[in-house]
This record gives sequence, C-alpha cells and structure tokens, in this order.
Amino acid sequence: MTMPLIFERSEAGRRAYSLPDCDVPRKDATELLPGWALRKRAADLPEVSEVDLVRHYTKLSQRNHGVDVGFYPLGSCTMKYNPKVNEDAAALPGFNALHPYQPEELVQGALELMYELGRYLCEIGGMDEATLQPAAGAHGELTGLMIIKAYHESRGDGAKRTKVIVPDSAHGTNPASAAFCGYKVVEVKSDGRGGVDLDSLRAAMSDEVAALMLTNPNTLGLFDENIVEIAKIVHGAGGLLYYDGANMNAIMGIARPGDMGFDVLHFNLHKTFSTPHGGGGPGSGPVAVKKTLAPFLPVPVVEKKDGKFVLDYARPQSIGKVKAFYGNFNVMVKAYAYIRALGAKGLREASENAVLNANYLMRKLAPYYHLPYDRHCKHEFVLSGEYQLASGVHTGDIAKMLLDYGFHAPTVYFPLIVKEAIMVEPTETESRDTLDAFVDAMIGIAQLAEKDPEALHTAPHKMVVGRLDDVTAARRPVLRWRPNKQTNAG
Amino acid sequence: MYPENVKYSEKHEWVRVEGKIATVGITSFAQEQLGAIVGVGLPEEGSKVEKHGALADLDSMKTADQVFAPVGGKIVKVNRALEQHPEFMNDDPYGDGWVAVIEMADPGELDGLMSAAEYEAFVAEEASKG
Amino acid sequence: MNYVPNTDRDRSEMLADIGVSSMEELLSDIPREVRLQRHLALPAPMSEYDLARHMGALASKNRTTDDLVSFLGAGAYDHFVPSVVRHLVSRSEFYTAYTPYQAEISQGMLQAIFEYQTLMCELTAMDVSNASLYDGATAVAEAAAMACRQTRRRQVVISVAVHPEYRATLRTYARNLGIEVLETGMKDGVTDIEELDRLVSSATACVILQSPSFLGSVEPMGKAAEVAHRSGALFVACVDPISLGILAPPGEYGADIAVGEGQGLGSPMSFGGPYLGFLTCRQDLVRNMPGRVAGETHDPDGRRGYILTLQAREQHIRRERATSNICSNEALSALAAAVYLSWLGKDGVRELADLCLQKAHYAFDRITALPGFEKASRAPFFKEFVVRTPIPPEEVSAGLLRSRILGGLPLGRHYPEFGDAMLIAVTEKRTKEEIDSLCRALEGLA
Repeated sequence: MTMPLIFERSEAGRRAYSLPDCDVPRKDATELLPGWALRKRAADLPEVSEVDLVRHYTKLSQRNHGVDVGFYPLGSCTMKYNPKVNEDAAALPGFNALHPYQPEELVQGALELMYELGRYLCEIGGMDEATLQPAAGAHGELTGLMIIKAYHESRGDGAKRTKVIVPDSAHGTNPASAAFCGYKVVEVKSDGRGGVDLDSLRAAMSDEVAALMLTNPNTLGLFDENIVEIAKIVHGAGGLLYYDGANMNAIMGIARPGDMGFDVLHFNLHKTFSTPHGGGGPGSGPVAVKKTLAPFLPVPVVEKKDGKFVLDYARPQSIGKVKAFYGNFNVMVKAYAYIRALGAKGLREASENAVLNANYLMRKLAPYYHLPYDRHCKHEFVLSGEYQLASGVHTGDIAKMLLDYGFHAPTVYFPLIVKEAIMVEPTETESRDTLDAFVDAMIGIAQLAEKDPEALHTAPHKMVVGRLDDVTAARRPVLRWRPNKQTNAG
Repeated sequence: MYPENVKYSEKHEWVRVEGKIATVGITSFAQEQLGAIVGVGLPEEGSKVEKHGALADLDSMKTADQVFAPVGGKIVKVNRALEQHPEFMNDDPYGDGWVAVIEMADPGELDGLMSAAEYEAFVAEEASKG
Repeated sequence: MNYVPNTDRDRSEMLADIGVSSMEELLSDIPREVRLQRHLALPAPMSEYDLARHMGALASKNRTTDDLVSFLGAGAYDHFVPSVVRHLVSRSEFYTAYTPYQAEISQGMLQAIFEYQTLMCELTAMDVSNASLYDGATAVAEAAAMACRQTRRRQVVISVAVHPEYRATLRTYARNLGIEVLETGMKDGVTDIEELDRLVSSATACVILQSPSFLGSVEPMGKAAEVAHRSGALFVACVDPISLGILAPPGEYGADIAVGEGQGLGSPMSFGGPYLGFLTCRQDLVRNMPGRVAGETHDPDGRRGYILTLQAREQHIRRERATSNICSNEALSALAAAVYLSWLGKDGVRELADLCLQKAHYAFDRITALPGFEKASRAPFFKEFVVRTPIPPEEVSAGLLRSRILGGLPLGRHYPEFGDAMLIAVTEKRTKEEIDSLCRALEGLA
C-alpha cells in the first residue's frame, strides 16, 4: 500500500485551522498595500481536517525508527537514550516562551543556565571559555576554525598560514569546514595502529599550517596514544590543535582534550549530552577554547557581572556572529539538565559503560567479521565486511538486512580508510540483552552471507518499503510533489 | 579492450583527434571505478581550459570527482545531454558519454598521451598497486 | 543518575568476556600524563524530582511572553502554535531519530521532509527546497556562498535593511571565504534602488534584500531583481514565510534563491533557537544548493518511497569541495513547519497573514495618532513598523514593562539614525484590547 502524501489527502473546503477573530476594523488588503506587493496565485497548501492531520503524521511516525523504538548503533552519532525529564524541562514556558531580545533583567534564569552550561563544558573539556552559539557540530567546527584564523591574523601570521591538516580518517565535515573557512586542506595518513602517522604529520607541518583537526578517540574508535607528541609537533611549528568533539562520549571524566594539548574544541550536545537528534537536527555545537583564544569568540558571550548575568558584546577582536541570537537554547536546556542529573560521577560512568559496551560487542563480533585494528576500542569500533565480500555481499547489504531484525544499521562505508567499513557505536544506555540480540543478528547475517547471499542483496524484506532505488533518485531528482505529475523535472 | 582510435591520459580520460579538434570523455575503467554517475557539471561553451585543468564535475553515488582536460584549448562544445542523462557516461563512455570538444591550442600536448595498449598496461599497474 | 542499564554483575561478566580484568585495562592506551587524576568539578548529581524542581526554579527566574503582552518581533515572532504541532513533533519516533541515512527504516521522517520541501516551494513559488538550514541568518550566508559558486564571482551586495544579525553573520562567513560584502542604503524607509544600481556590477554574484525588511517595510523586490539580473547577478530574497499568505512570493518577482527564518511556522521563540533556516531556489541551481534534500523514488515492487538524494554535493561525499559544511540541520523544526502549514491550509495561511496585516495597521494608526509618536516612513508594511517616540525608546520599554507590556525593539543599537525609534510587531495573537492598552500606556508615558 502506498502511503499518501498530505497533499493527496486534501479536499477543498476542509480545514484544521482556527484563528482569532479580526476584532479590529477590517480594511481590504488593497487599501493597505500597493497592488504590486500582493500575491497573485495562492499557495496550494493542503486542506485537511485536524483528525486527518494527526493521523497522517502519527502514521508517518510509525514508519520511522528512533532510539525510543530500538537499538540505533550508528557509529560517530552517539545515539544514546534521551531522558524524558529533559524534554519536560525544555518545554517549560519559562524557557520556551522567551523572546531573544527581552531585556536581560527578564531572562536571568536563561542567561544563568547558559553561563553555567558554558562553565561545565569548559571543565569537562579542560578549556577556559566557551560560546554556545553554533547550531551543530559542523557549525562548531567552522566557528572554531574562524577563531583560529582570527588568532593567527592577530599575530600577523594570517596570510601565511593557509592550510589545515586533517587525517584521512576524519569526518567529512572537517575538510568541508576547513574549506568553508577559506583554508586549503592537507590530508595526513593513518599509521598501522589507526593513529596519525607521525612522519606524515611532520612532513606536512610547516609555518603555512594554521591547525590540525583531530578527534581522539578517532573515527576508528581508537585513542591516539601519540597525542602528546602530535601536540608537540603542531605547536612546535606554530599551529593550533582543533578537537572534533564528536567522540567525547568515550572520555568524560577520564581525559580532557585541553589536557592533551588541544586549543579549541567543539561539543555535540546532541551526541554526548543526550539531547535528541530530532531526525537530523536541531543539534548544538558549543565551542570551548583556551584563554589565549577567548578574545576571538563570537559575540555575545554570557558573562556574570556583580551577581547579574549579561550578554557581553564588547569584544573588539571577536570573529563576529555565526548565527542570529545566541544558539539553540532549547537544546542547551536539555544538555544542562543532563549534566546536572549525572554530575561528575554519572558522566564518568556513562563514558566507562560506553567503552565497555563497545569492547564487548567488538569481541563478540570479531570471530565473524574482519577487525582491521585489533586493539581495545573506546566508545565505538570499526569492522570490515571483507569476509562477506568473498560471497559477493557488500556492507550495504548487511546494513539493509539488519533493519529486518528491528535494528538501525551501524554507520557504513565510513571511515573511508577501511574497506567495506561497518562502524558500530552502542552507547552506554544499551543493556547487555540488547547487545547480545544484536550479536545474534550479526552472526545470523554472516551465516546467511555464505548460504544465501541473494537474500542479502534484496534486503530489507520487512520494512514498509523494499530497497529504494537511490541511483534513479539522484539521476532524475523528484524533489517535490506536484498534482497530476506529468514531468519529472523538479 | 580499450578502443584503438583514441589516446589516453593518466587521469583516465580519452581523446579523439580530428585535426585541431579533440573530443574528450572518460574511459570505461574510470566509469567502473566511479560507479553509477548521477550528475555532471559542465563548463561553459567558449571558455578556455588548460591541459590538466578541471573540465567537468562528476557526481557518482559514492564519490565526487572531476574530469581533467588532457589537452588545453577552447571548449567549443559540451555534451548537454549528460545533464539529463548522466548514465550515458556509464553505459557508453566512448560514444554518447563524451564530455566536451576542445579546439586545441597546442596539438603538441598530445605527445605525452598513451595508446590503447599502453593505457591497458598502465591500468593493470595501477590496479596491482591497489 | 546515569541511565546505564548495566549492573555490577553485567559489568564483571562483560569484562571477563572481553578478556580483561578491569575497566582500567580498557583505558590503558590513554597516556598517564593526559589522564584526569581527579573528579570533574561539577555540581552533585540530582534525582529526577530534584532536577525537575531545580529546572522549574531556574525557568521561573524568567518573565515569559505568556506573562507579558508582547509587541517584540525583529526576527522572532510570537505567533500561535496550535496543539497539534507540539503533539506531533513530540512523537519520539521522530525526535529520537538521527538523520534518515537508512531510508527504508526512516520513511516517516523522509516523507515529512519531502512534504516540507513541497510546502516551502508552494509558499515561496520556487522550484526546489532543501531540507532546512540552521536559521535565517545562516541561510542568508549560505545563499551568498551558493550564488558565488554559481556565478564564479566573489562579491555580494546586501541592503542595510536586512536584519542586522543576518548581515553580521554574512560578514563573518564572507570574510573567511574571501567574499566581498557591499551594503546599500535606504531611502524613504526602503532600500535605495538607485544606490543599489550604482553598486551592482559584473563582479556581483548576488543582491540580497529582505521583505518585509528588518524595519518592517515591504521592499521593491521586483525592481531589485531587475537590477541584479541586468548585471548577471542572482537575486536572493529573504522573506517572512507568514507574510507570503498575502505578499507576493519570491517566485513571482524573479528571485533566484529564496531564504528566510521559519520560526514563525510552528516553532516557539525559545530565547532564539532552535529555529528553521529555509532555502528554496530555481531548478537549475539545485546542484549548487547547500544542505540535505529528500527525493522521491521507488522500490523493486514499484512502491513509492523517499530517500536523501543529490548527496554528492554534501560534505560526507565531497569533503573539502562540498557546497557547504552543514551536516545536522533543523529537521524537527521543518517537521513542525510541515504540520503547521498543513494545519493552516490554503485558506488559513491567507487568513493568518490578513489578520497580522489588519492588526498591525490598526496598531500603527492608533499609535501614530498619539501626540509625539510619529511614523518613520510611508513605506508599506506587513506586521511590523517603526515609530519615533517622544522620549527615548529605552525609557518607553521600561515604562511599558510596568504595565506588563513587552514593548518593541529600540533601534539605536542597530541603526543610529533611528535612535529615537522603536520597532513594533503585531501578530494575530494581539487583541484589539491589548493594542488599545498599549496605546493607553504609551499615552501615559509621553
């Protein structure tokens, strides 16, 4: 059965809306606005009743997998449980019904929350000052790199330092953010243990390098043991170290990027600090920096002056604004509540159990799937579908088959340095029972790959749709609905 | 397995030469490596390109790549059909999948290009290096 | 509290299965010298009840727009959010999902995004929409970068009447991307088209205007588009989606890219975020468009389905050559917008826009009839307008608060020439009685 679109449920004259009466003397729009300013053709929005609307989107929700539905071991995404109390807190009118331009004295609670959250994040990351303005992780990367650029420029070093180094295992956002910040991207290789190859790094390092971007543990889920040496090499050539916080869930209370030598770091509140991903967003990507970089943070910064919280715009060396207002406040409320609920002990336990769960899964799966880097992982690990490739089964097939077991698939084909990569991040909020069920599914799939590869090629079989044709979707993009479709265009 | 009537570059383009006119496309090996090509960004007709300069953008399902000009000159024609039918590059790389026609500034630039046999050996060597 | 299901017994058995004797062994590859040798200095953990009380106490330190009668706009608007929106975006199958990379298990979100894209195309009268950007400010910056890629030019011209925070964000992005930003001024409360014409040249990638402008004026968008196109530049229209129930949409006056802030479409004001950046454009610009996009396709049995497509533009494929670095977007706000626009429907969106228009004009007529309060221009406006005040607008704001009214935005910080003026917004939520009491309060202050 094809699921109708909301437009296909439309019936002229139906309505869900109710609006307040026009209690002021009404004039015709043509009296109030010039003719050229008026819309000629009405927007063809659907006309549905409220119950139609509710059922439509409720049905859509039932065609969607979330953490509340089941296991979501998507590597590098930290799909941990999102505590409900945080949702309730964020929905309080005292946080929700605030205009960003209300006078400071009317929003002291909101500013206090932001101020304290910034301080907590600095403590967790080993940093000195933070901005909460970036709306997502990639936005945090861009902001952090802009801060680095402003720092070098302030030292008269900006024109020369035109390059940013990223390892070949980096998230795609790292090179994209560097390029969006006007930098040339230089890639360095990984060594045999999955860390940064020190010789490649030394060769790439020069006085033209503005920064090295790194996540540690890296995208292979491995802690780079050479981090102190790496920091020495980069700092020695006048470069700065940028920490991609996507993998912070491995190290809370265990080690701090600031203590490893990083100068700038962004957090993903929607990963590490349990705020829900919202089906793709909103996220929140606060950036924390060492003291020397604090003057360059975006404005405004929340400050505490004489017991009052204020928005400080008087920062002449600031990079400026990276978005309107102060960031994704509603997300901050949830992250704040999470940190307050867990405290130091809870955060550390969260990270330890994330690491434990990942190692447990890795060891259970290693007999059945190729493990390219055989050492203790941190919060996630990367397998390869190489064994299965021998029977013509690709990692993509394995991912699709997992859906039939009621699990979301791990991240696949990333990182790029592992052939047929399968990147698994269980998080700390999964029980051993869930992990064992996932192991059983993965073993079953490995066996099926040998016996009946065709079953995998055609997976999934139990979803609301079968495997969708992504090639046609890209070659003949249909990006919107049109009534009586006669053309594929648009 | 590679057509004899064209010359090949190390970046896996082919060139068919008639006088000063060079028709350029990507090789069957290149299209196999890219997988399903789903989008092509073409240059403007009449613009100039240097040897090794970026000629066109290619989007495939797994990567984004570029076609580089094996010879420099003026781009006299581009294959607009690819905008609606990028699959031509997979299905018929030496025919309907051609990318652009270049009026060569210096036919001497053809000198470094490979014959079919040389290209086949080159590809085999590339593959052995992984 | 840590939401961890593992028991002590689980932990010790799991460690044994892994083949290590302790948790510490799993952490042994972290060099001693970078290990934290103390506990994090954070407040003590709290039970759920204590946390709920604490959060309630913190929230109660704020005065909300529910307690006050708000005439504050300036880029964040107090529109009514119907209950269906809150309920449907609270379906946790939606909000606890990640980006729908595995299409077959994420059809709900993908279809909702596809519907959102269609709704935004209809509203703006453009061909294609992406799946959302962070907010209106970053949407303007992304549109500028997109226009530079498309035209291979490195200069944008933006009107000073565009939201100051959007311009500030554009400047930050542009400086780092090596894009030159020129600003064009205002005349009679709207963008000065003659000055714009002088600034725009064959070096200009795009012209950016906002309508209604930050100051509320309906801008001469058609004329600005003509100026841009004469020089081969693109025209970027930044618009208030609510206004499009009644105002001409970007597609009707020749815009190439339409962007804006979609907070008004079902998202609460939430002290500035999360909001909804939208971007729609002409069909032929699609491969230079930033951000995710959902497309229709089918499965082997011919069943219709939806999938993220044109991904070769994006960072995870194209890396440093991507159209943008954006990854996470504002999907849940886009879902809210889809529900909200479907709730309004064809008639509702027009009625809503008309209500804002009527109430704002009633307020304008009443306020400017008060002695000492004067209109700042004769430009046409939609739901927001500027009035000059007889006493400093900051004092007006403070005075209004005593009557539990949240006044308009004093403009001096952003526009020194409007140092004696206030930007007043009137949405459909304001009643005649509330507007009349605003006027009484203003009269008492003058």
